Amino acid sequence: MAQPQQHDDEYTHVVPASLYVGIWATLMVLTLTTVLASFAELGQFNIVVALLIATIKGTLVVLFFMHLRYSPKLTIAAVIASVFFLFIMFSLTMTDYLSRAWSTYGH
Amino acid sequence: MATSSEIRSAERSFQHHFSSMVQQRDTATFGMWMFLLTEIMFFGGLFTSYLVYRQAYYQAFVEGSQKMNIILGAVNTAVLICSSLSMAMGVRAAQMGNKKLMVILLLVTILFGFGFLGIKGVEYHEHWTNHEFPGPNFHFETGDPAHPATDPVHTEIYFGLYWAMTGLHAFHMVIGIGLVTWLVIAGSRGAFSPIYYSPVENVGLYWHFVDLVWIYLFPLLYLISHKHS
Repeated sequence: MAQPQQHDDEYTHVVPASLYVGIWATLMVLTLTTVLASFAELGQFNIVVALLIATIKGTLVVLFFMHLRYSPKLTIAAVIASVFFLFIMFSLTMTDYLSRAWSTYGH
Repeated sequence: MATSSEIRSAERSFQHHFSSMVQQRDTATFGMWMFLLTEIMFFGGLFTSYLVYRQAYYQAFVEGSQKMNIILGAVNTAVLICSSLSMAMGVRAAQMGNKKLMVILLLVTILFGFGFLGIKGVEYHEHWTNHEFPGPNFHFETGDPAHPATDPVHTEIYFGLYWAMTGLHAFHMVIGIGLVTWLVIAGSRGAFSPIYYSPVENVGLYWHFVDLVWIYLFPLLYLISHKHS
């Protein structure tokens, strides 16, 4: 089949369909993995494994389905900045909540 | 090579304050990303509340999460991932100017979206009839006489966050289905071409973002721990 985008070599980056299917298959396998991993007795590491798998899945979605890998550097910088500020919100909130009792009860 | 009808479609969609179609497209997509970054902080507030209450009332959260239907949650995760694939392939069809394929793939995406909401509705109904909705009718028991609920007041907070986070997510799904429906109507009328497909690309970004939120909601709400009840 003739593919018109091949002539538009600079305007759009058309990702091969096989790549999307590969990402989809990886996401499905990781979903199964996270469910199975949650039944393993890992103590405090259950949440670490769950968040690690979720972050791998999220990174694949953002890089390929959302085309971030093929986006201008400005977009990439903005996304990284946003994640950075999200972690500022998490960490400053937790430094408060985790340390509140210290002044009364000690560490 | 662009056909003459595609060039006419592009001329209609080109706005004079941009220097080129490339600049117009990149500006639109960057604007969409800016909106999605505010959405990250919007959901981020709920994730922060979750973090604070989870570390404070961990046992109550564990007991609450035992009431989640992991099978339905996992199936719904799979449904969303499939919808993201059909959306990505739909955007790809738009980039290639394959109108018919694009419309079909977007309709498949809508179908998956309704599938997700339907399964979510079954879960909501179950929680509602079990009084697992925060408020005056909230009532919580573990269902295991050997291990009665240790902290039902704080399990109510877990369910408050569960309904708020999944509810806000489901609301985004409803909006997403509306937007994709609009793409189907406009697309079947020939509004998009390989030169002008920004609405398809940017609604696609929105759809994938909503999928991304669920990727974190699923383990945090459903998979806390299976061993403590």
